[in-house]
Amino acid sequence: MVKKKITNRGFALKMIVWSLIRRRSRLLVALTGVTIGATVLLGLVTLCYDIPRQLSREFRSYGANMVFVKDGVTGRLEGETLDKVKEALPSERLVGLTPFRYEPVRNHMLPYTAVGTSFTDVRRTSPFWRVTGAWPGASGQVLIGTDVARATGYSEGSLLTLDGRNASQARYEKDFTVSGIVSSGGVEDGFIFMSLEDMENMTREPGLVDLAEASLTTGGASLPELVNLVKASVPGVEPRLVTRVTRSEETVLSKLTWLVYLVTLVVLTLTMICVTTTMMTVVLERRKEIGLKKALGAENSRVAREFLGEGVMLGVIGGLLGSFTGLIFARVVSYSVFGRGLSPEVHLIPITIAVSAIVTVLASLWPVRRAVDVEPALVLRGE
Amino acid sequence: MSQQSSNILEIVDISKIYGPVKALQNVSLYVRPGEWLAIMGPSGSGKTTLMNIIGCLDSPSLGRVVLDGLSLDSLSAAELTTIRRESIGLIFQQFHLISYLTALENVMVAQYYHSLVDEKEALEALEQVGLADRAKHLPRQLSGGEQQRVCIARALINHPKLLLADEPTGNLDETNEGLVMDILHSLHRQGGTIIVVTHSPEVAAHAERTVVLEHGRVASDSKLGAQEKIFDQASQGVEGLEGTKSAKEADSPIVEKAGGIG
Ligand SMILES: Nc1ncnc2c1ncn2[C@@H]1O[C@H](COP(=O)(O)OP(=O)(O)OP(=O)(O)O)[C@@H](O)[C@H]1O
Ligand SMILES: [Mg+2]
Repeated sequence: MVKKKITNRGFALKMIVWSLIRRRSRLLVALTGVTIGATVLLGLVTLCYDIPRQLSREFRSYGANMVFVKDGVTGRLEGETLDKVKEALPSERLVGLTPFRYEPVRNHMLPYTAVGTSFTDVRRTSPFWRVTGAWPGASGQVLIGTDVARATGYSEGSLLTLDGRNASQARYEKDFTVSGIVSSGGVEDGFIFMSLEDMENMTREPGLVDLAEASLTTGGASLPELVNLVKASVPGVEPRLVTRVTRSEETVLSKLTWLVYLVTLVVLTLTMICVTTTMMTVVLERRKEIGLKKALGAENSRVAREFLGEGVMLGVIGGLLGSFTGLIFARVVSYSVFGRGLSPEVHLIPITIAVSAIVTVLASLWPVRRAVDVEPALVLRGE
Repeated sequence: MSQQSSNILEIVDISKIYGPVKALQNVSLYVRPGEWLAIMGPSGSGKTTLMNIIGCLDSPSLGRVVLDGLSLDSLSAAELTTIRRESIGLIFQQFHLISYLTALENVMVAQYYHSLVDEKEALEALEQVGLADRAKHLPRQLSGGEQQRVCIARALINHPKLLLADEPTGNLDETNEGLVMDILHSLHRQGGTIIVVTHSPEVAAHAERTVVLEHGRVASDSKLGAQEKIFDQASQGVEGLEGTKSAKEADSPIVEKAGGIG
């Protein structure tokens, strides 16, 4: 049996490891500090990556952030143009693309505006609509705005007759059933909504819309970039940003990101203080040991290196542990706040370990200076 | 010059002053290679201070020390560290073993800071002090005597020119004291130079020569007739131990710590 001969480097490592393992209680205090620091660091930074994604979905409840109209002064968009717009936009970010077509109609001699749309899409792009009754589920059903309902006295289930002139100026009259009443607090309250198909049948003018609203999540190309992209790739359409929504989204996100970074900084500082005090106690506790090592001929640089070595070791182990707990922490926060999980940013783990090692080393510098200053003649004398 | 080359240690008229406390006053001492010297004296008489200076852990306020032909005057702390590492073996009353390392590893620590670790050699050193079977034990699993023998193995592992032991048997019972003395005897037979500080006349009796310190001065040196004695007499004007004590105290205004026996 050939026993591997231990080298000086191996022995130094062994000393550090034993000093950490056999002095468990001390190690645990410092390690807990580093681990908590790393946990919060990785947890918060992961959330920093994820919060914009999550919040961006939340923000979509404020409605569309991009609108498409026909370029030029007047005119309507063709259906095919809208299909091209849909192709040009990144599908994974497109929450919905809703067409709207406005048509003047009359009910019992009074003028109203009828709007043809896609009820499936409008529920995605305008999630703030409140519908009492039911959404139209079949042809011939309409939603009426609350103002219309008040003016006409119609309610859920009422029969509604609309008349007007079609594209060829011929008179039409058509019966609809009110399936529900919509309220949004906006212009929608004065409209009568029907499916685009019903409107096209009524007006005998298919394949045209006045405008389309899109709701897009953030991440990747910015919204202005997407506007330019659509402008360049789809002729005949003019995309516009709903700045009121996009602006507030951007401000809230950047404020939140800064807040998280600030908290991270505070936590790192606290970690540093914790490690510094622990290392300071360690140095005080081990003054005799340091004195002895110096008495045995250890140079100051070697004493310093050993303590820094312990610091690095603590940082790496704490960073590793903290990476796992940090991911769990981020996941728990994500579930409880946003109600959904998140994908771990694996590349953040080595960064977390490196940062905790650096923080521990920085925190050890002052205690190490004190260690190097130990006078063996003083500490070794007597009790 | 012939005298210099034949001494391993020359202490010439050194003093160590801590503010009002004169821990050592005009002490001179010459030690030949292979000599076994005991230093005695009451608590606070400066024994540990003297040992620290010899062991390059401290420097005298005045006077000069020559160790193995090399003057320690005006050497930096780092240079003293090098000399300590190369030439001195230290044994302490409180052992000062590293608590989280085994007996074997404690011996290897000395190798590590000196040059290169060598497990086999360290094990042999433990064998020589009769602790081969305790190599893997932590200090707290060892008796006081065993711990002190680990210290001796550690002190001897790098073959120091000078072994300094400050009350090595102060914490040991008679049996263990005997074991430690046996080890020192075998080192002495091999030609090692040993300086032992002790309160115990039995321990001092093992040595060839006894120097007594009192109030920071050499009160007596059993090696009478040597050059040192003349030097001592010249600088101190005292001779003998008991008879001149009161006279010496009268003419030396030393601030003393009224400490008990350490
Ligand atoms: N660092 C110091 N600062 C101030 N005074 C000191 C210092 N070190 C030692 N002294 C004083 O110097 C004197 C000699 O101390 P020293 O430790 O050498 O005595 P000692 O002979 O070893 O005593 P003991 O037998 O109790 O170990 C004492 O009065 C002590 O108080
Ligand atoms: Mg002493």
